[in-house]
Amino acid sequence: MVKQCAIIFGCLCAGEFLAFIAGLPIPGSIIGMLLLTGLLQTKVVKVEDINGVCRFLVSNMAFFFVPPGVALMLYFDVIAKEWLPITVATVVSTALVLIVTGAVHQVYHKKFNRRSHR
Amino acid sequence: MDFFESDIFLIAATFLIYWGARRLQALTGWTLLNPVLVTIIVIIGALKISGLTYETYSESGRLIEFWLKPAIVALGLPLYLQLREIRRQFVPIFLSQIAGCVVGIVSVVLIAQFLGASRDVVVSLVPKSVTTPIAIEVSRQIGGIPSLTAAIVVCVGLLGSIFGFKVLTIGHIGSQIARSISMGTAAHVIGTTRATELGDRAAAYATLGLIINGVLTAILADPLLRLMGI
Repeated sequence: MVKQCAIIFGCLCAGEFLAFIAGLPIPGSIIGMLLLTGLLQTKVVKVEDINGVCRFLVSNMAFFFVPPGVALMLYFDVIAKEWLPITVATVVSTALVLIVTGAVHQVYHKKFNRRSHR
Repeated sequence: MDFFESDIFLIAATFLIYWGARRLQALTGWTLLNPVLVTIIVIIGALKISGLTYETYSESGRLIEFWLKPAIVALGLPLYLQLREIRRQFVPIFLSQIAGCVVGIVSVVLIAQFLGASRDVVVSLVPKSVTTPIAIEVSRQIGGIPSLTAAIVVCVGLLGSIFGFKVLTIGHIGSQIARSISMGTAAHVIGTTRATELGDRAAAYATLGLIINGVLTAILADPLLRLMGI
């Protein structure tokens, strides 16, 4: 448990540090995530070394964003004023992401499969 | 009154409400009763009624929010477990992710701007499709309102979960792999949860969409906004 937390927080800390010294526009936690993947890939860290805590964090991720969500109460006036652009942009853009992502994958995959069946 | 402002009480209350909200969803099976959304609404209602300020709650809430960052790092494990799958389909997966990411950011900015949204709101909408821990970080970085982003992310997840597969059918996306990836890309954890109902393979691909679009959005949000002159 302590070892698992040490590895995860170690990656997070290294990620934050790299983001800080390199001045990267990427959150340190994302760099930390990629570091952890790298450590697993190079077998420096084994899956068993972090499995328990990782599973716990990933499966309860939703809970951790209750407090930032509550801050919504500070922006009721913004939402009341701009509900139309917020709603339309969100709904239309989400539908576009779904269709474009799926279409690109599907079209490429079909081409690729046809080629491999020849 | 001091007791009701203590960390212990507010955190215990948050856990209890969330637990209750999860039970409620399990009992009704109704997707709209997303536990996070219900918990947020109940807490906001309770704060308004009791007259406690947001600041009081957020001082305690920070102790919960803190775990977002280690949770993002923990996503490195599922990413590693999917690496072989990613390699086998590297090109189609990456092309679809980049297309989805760019279309999502550009379309939401253009539509919101066209309809007259303020800069703060436009920027807050940019990371709407990615999982909340990442979206909050991205929003903070590009000058949005992180909590507004968080709320919108939950709404997008619910939208995707409820209407996602219908939209994909209308768009003639028939391949199950493509449909699953799209759900993860567009509707993060909540969309992935919906795809999980179709089996392990669907779950794996949705997770890929969730993770890769999260990383791509974190990398591309800032340069894309600069390109668009925002």
